[in-house]
Amino acid sequence: MCLGIPGQIIAITDADLMMAVAEISGVRREVNVACIAEGAPLETLVGTWTLIHVGFAMSRIDEDEAAKTLDVLRELGEAQEVLDAMAEGAESLRPRR
Amino acid sequence: MKYVEEFRDPAAARGVLAEISRVTDQIGATADAPVRIMEICGGHTHAIFRYGLDKLTPDGIEFIHGPGCPVCVLPRSRVDECIDLAEQPDVIFTSFGDAMRVPGSYKSLLQAKAQGADVRMVYSPLDALELARRNPDREVVFFGLGFESTTPSTALTIQQARRTNVLNFSVFCNHITVPPPIKALLDDPHMCLDGFVGPGHVSMVIGLRPYDFIAQDYGKPIVVAGFEPLDLLQSVLMVLRQIRDGRAEVENQYARVVPAEGNPVSLAAIADVYETRPSFEWRGLGEIDASGLRIRPDYATFDAEQKFQIGYGAGQARAVAEPDGCACGEVMTGRVKPVACPHFGKGCTPELPLGALMVSSEGACAAYYQYGGARAVEVAK
Ligand code: SF4
Repeated sequence: MCLGIPGQIIAITDADLMMAVAEISGVRREVNVACIAEGAPLETLVGTWTLIHVGFAMSRIDEDEAAKTLDVLRELGEAQEVLDAMAEGAESLRPRR
Repeated sequence: MKYVEEFRDPAAARGVLAEISRVTDQIGATADAPVRIMEICGGHTHAIFRYGLDKLTPDGIEFIHGPGCPVCVLPRSRVDECIDLAEQPDVIFTSFGDAMRVPGSYKSLLQAKAQGADVRMVYSPLDALELARRNPDREVVFFGLGFESTTPSTALTIQQARRTNVLNFSVFCNHITVPPPIKALLDDPHMCLDGFVGPGHVSMVIGLRPYDFIAQDYGKPIVVAGFEPLDLLQSVLMVLRQIRDGRAEVENQYARVVPAEGNPVSLAAIADVYETRPSFEWRGLGEIDASGLRIRPDYATFDAEQKFQIGYGAGQARAVAEPDGCACGEVMTGRVKPVACPHFGKGCTPELPLGALMVSSEGACAAYYQYGGARAVEVAK
């Protein structure tokens, strides 16, 4: 559960709370970008590849590194596990009872 | 070398493997007197089995699987406390999926959910915070567990809860840190380890300096490693070269992701929200000094221990015995291989885990079961 998954930042959604939308293996979800912001204007993060761990962008990586990491995660079965967890997380937010 | 063809760069892998053999010979390590290298991180354990690295490397190298799988070191008493929390009528209990199958003394979170407790799996603590926003009349508790790779996420989420005034959100904090158990293992007279492969994503947060004691005080090499099979082989080679040359240093094979100083934003968030506990219980390892984190009094509103008077916060932490005859503790400390456990592949399988090392794909027993495969299970039977 400690492995991050590569994703690309595609839009900033809340600059105040440091939230952005990332595309992770074809799936979009909101992530926190505080750890990679480094004081630069958040808009400059759009297009950046990053390692995302439990909804937080933890480190910038280059595109080549992102592709390699994703391959390894697919081989380990971790990529699907993360995507399933994201889907389940979204499901958990739906109102019930 | 049947797995080498699967590598992205089989030629490079062959080159590194040849060099590993050469250096192992130079050290004089053999199957009877191997160099013992501990990979600390459960992600590395999983990768070693997936790519058969233990079979590709010479018999003179023995991999000892370290304590770096968060659900594997979670004591049963803490799972019991999660269930106590989850079964309170107003609570929505949220957790990462991995933790939901860890057996407590009576049941797992998944079983509590089947019996009617409102337990929900989330991908991120941010999902739990959002759930709290959408359910203002309920208390949403997030089960915060994991090493330094995960700790920043709950720290930043708690900071966000305070900034946005979401007061029905709290974290049941069971975060743990990597260096203290390594020190405990190095202090254990029964352990003889020659070097370490260090965790990649934990180090991305904490950097390299927290490992200095391993080299300086204990004279052992450690190399922080990435997750590709070639990364792991290169790191093993770097450890072996240090051993051969009589060096003990902290080296960074994964510099493309791990900065020497770590991630300053993450470290600041951790320091703001958490403080070190005097000691914390680890499954299989017992109490280890200064190895766990708790939420600072300043953030008491978001601390499930203080809010619900439960767990270490209430002084009720209780040691609960492990299942009869299980070898979890010995496997955890690298004293025996999983197949030596009488339950392996019989009473304990990934589908119905008895011990925590069978729960997550990062656990040594699950990795053995999955990839040591049918053969290991046959031998056990
Ligand atoms: S097989 Fe199961 S009970 Fe035995 S050591 Fe592994 S996890 Fe523990």
